[in-house]
Amino acid sequence: MPSANGTREITYVEAVREALTQSMQADERVFLIGEDIGVYGGAFGVSAGMHAEFGGERVIDTPISEAAIVGACVGAALTGMRPVGEIQFMDFITLGMEQLVLQAAKVRFMFGGKATVPMVLRTPGGSGTGAAAQHSESLETWFTHVPGLKVVMPSTPYDAKGLLMAAIQDENPVIFVEHKLLYKVSGPVPEEPYTIPLGEPNIVREGKHLTVVATSIMVQRAKQAAEELAKEGIEIEIVDPRTLNPFDDSLMIQSVVKTGKALVVHEAVKTSGYGAELVSRIVESEAFDYLDAPVRRLAGLDIPIPYNRNLEYHAVPQVENIVAEARKLVRGEY
Amino acid sequence: MAKSKNAQTSQPAAKRKLSDKQLHDMLYTMMLIRRFEEKALDLYSLGKVHGTMHLSIGQEATAVGASGALTQQDYLLNTHRGHGHCLAWGSQADLMMAEFMGKETGYCRGRGGSMHIANVDANNLGANGIVAGGLPISVGVGLSIRARNTEQVVMVVFGDGASNEGAFHESINMASIWSLPVIFLCENNQYAMSMPVEKSMNIDRISDRAAAYGIEGVTVDGNDVEAVYAAVHNARQRAVAGKGPTLIECNTYRYMGHSKSDRQAYRTRDEVKTWMDKDPIERLAGHLGLSKDDKDSLFKKAEAEIEKAVEFAEASPEPDVADIMEGVYA
Ligand SMILES: Cc1ncc(C[n+]2csc(CCOP(=O)(O)OP(=O)(O)O)c2C)c(N)n1
Ligand SMILES: [Mg+2]
Repeated sequence: MPSANGTREITYVEAVREALTQSMQADERVFLIGEDIGVYGGAFGVSAGMHAEFGGERVIDTPISEAAIVGACVGAALTGMRPVGEIQFMDFITLGMEQLVLQAAKVRFMFGGKATVPMVLRTPGGSGTGAAAQHSESLETWFTHVPGLKVVMPSTPYDAKGLLMAAIQDENPVIFVEHKLLYKVSGPVPEEPYTIPLGEPNIVREGKHLTVVATSIMVQRAKQAAEELAKEGIEIEIVDPRTLNPFDDSLMIQSVVKTGKALVVHEAVKTSGYGAELVSRIVESEAFDYLDAPVRRLAGLDIPIPYNRNLEYHAVPQVENIVAEARKLVRGEY
Repeated sequence: MAKSKNAQTSQPAAKRKLSDKQLHDMLYTMMLIRRFEEKALDLYSLGKVHGTMHLSIGQEATAVGASGALTQQDYLLNTHRGHGHCLAWGSQADLMMAEFMGKETGYCRGRGGSMHIANVDANNLGANGIVAGGLPISVGVGLSIRARNTEQVVMVVFGDGASNEGAFHESINMASIWSLPVIFLCENNQYAMSMPVEKSMNIDRISDRAAAYGIEGVTVDGNDVEAVYAAVHNARQRAVAGKGPTLIECNTYRYMGHSKSDRQAYRTRDEVKTWMDKDPIERLAGHLGLSKDDKDSLFKKAEAEIEKAVEFAEASPEPDVADIMEGVYA
């Protein structure tokens, strides 16, 4: 696997596009299907220019019909293709839930392991764009609760490309959750195709005082928080699961064994969020014996995302919240 | 089979006569909608609002004609492109503007924004961020009207694109089998975001879909306020007479992009121009024989009302962060 120190920097949206393009160049079975992904280039510009390059047979614009988009992916995947569907906003996945949860996820098992559904469903989640309650959801945890689905949530351009290429090559249905606010973030990305195995977390930053486990945009915010905290002599270690399910938790657990403290951060609402799974894995493991503070979760408030800019800002964890919570845990002021 | 006997797609019934006074008022509301949305665009460009918005400039006749044919007791379920319907329903421009600017004084206390403006007290059950999201709800409102045995109807507004969602088909079928007092108002503005109607369905008229569910379907010129009025008026009469729902397709056009991030690569300037030549406001003003001065002064009046709305919104307080958890549960 190439390291992330290539000199070329591209944005997250470009990294996603490059993964799609290189996958389509390498494998004729790969095609894109979704709303406004053709001439329009996708609501967030992910597939800009791809219709011109690959044509309407491989970059398929659909009517507004999410259930049929997901189902079309299932049917095509079952019969030898490798569809990559786009759900324009993660919120609208609710309209495709049956095909995803009851069909895509279960077909293989129900058929005694004799069918495969190698499809990817990409979708942008998250708040911060002023799009209010029906266009700002973070629903990733739902899908981790469905055996048969894989859930990937990249936090950097490098991870976005490698994980998407791996997802497209995977034999299973994969939900690939992008973040609207990450699209414009730049980072080093090798030009050649590469994959990052699904399920492998990443130690984003090393530190000895506290393990911060964060997903998606919260990894970026944790990194900024780390710089603040470092000025006070607090060194946090940041673990990014990258794939929520399956997730090899050994690196996270080793990290907590080392630091003795853990803070879990995600944007989705706190109650029954993915953080609960992470905390459970920590306290069920040998790390329990090393804990010298409560394991805390910092997550979205249990409310829909408000429209007002200020309320929206306060609805989900920000850098200063991570700094404050980390400081409390490290100083024993909880 | 028997069900389909009352299915037909007809041309609109003869126009019901509206008085010049009524048409004058309608023209003013159309102007108010246009100025509201132009101002919304300005405020966005100035960075005073964030998020996105969907403008209905060019579609004002549909909103004004439709609401004009309903009563204050009726219900409205609106779309994401809903400023026009909201104003036509009689909503206050200042409270809408305050919502648009995310203020505590707005219709939804700044929590909903452009895409979710509602005024439940006035039976405006809100705009919807989900394409076709209002259609299933309209079935429930119809059932409730029947259970309460009132003379109300519910009008649900949606776009051409929404008619390709399963929710459209399920809802119309249910409303049909139970003869519910629902008016399905489809604003066919020729595109769903970048998807032209011709590429998203293999029929010439969306109203043809009515036949599949055994209900009345009509297509009208959505830029002709009187034609829209007549179609909704007739649909309302059928609904309160227990004759069930109607699907009304209003052909119209949005001049602006789908939302703020639309580069409009899917259509030509010429096409936009062709529709601008059929502008609903110009058309009605011409029909009423207004001089340029008359028109200008009416527009001035609308501008003044919008300016006051903006002043109100700007002077209004932001929601208090301490209240952030409020309103999730009753
Ligand atoms: C279920 C769902 N899918 C997709 C979207 C994104 N979206 C918002 S408006 C729109 C186009 C809607 O087209 P149409 O129904 O014709 O209404 P118009 O915007 O033209 O008024 C799309 C795709 C959405 N809001 N909800
Ligand atoms: Mg449309």
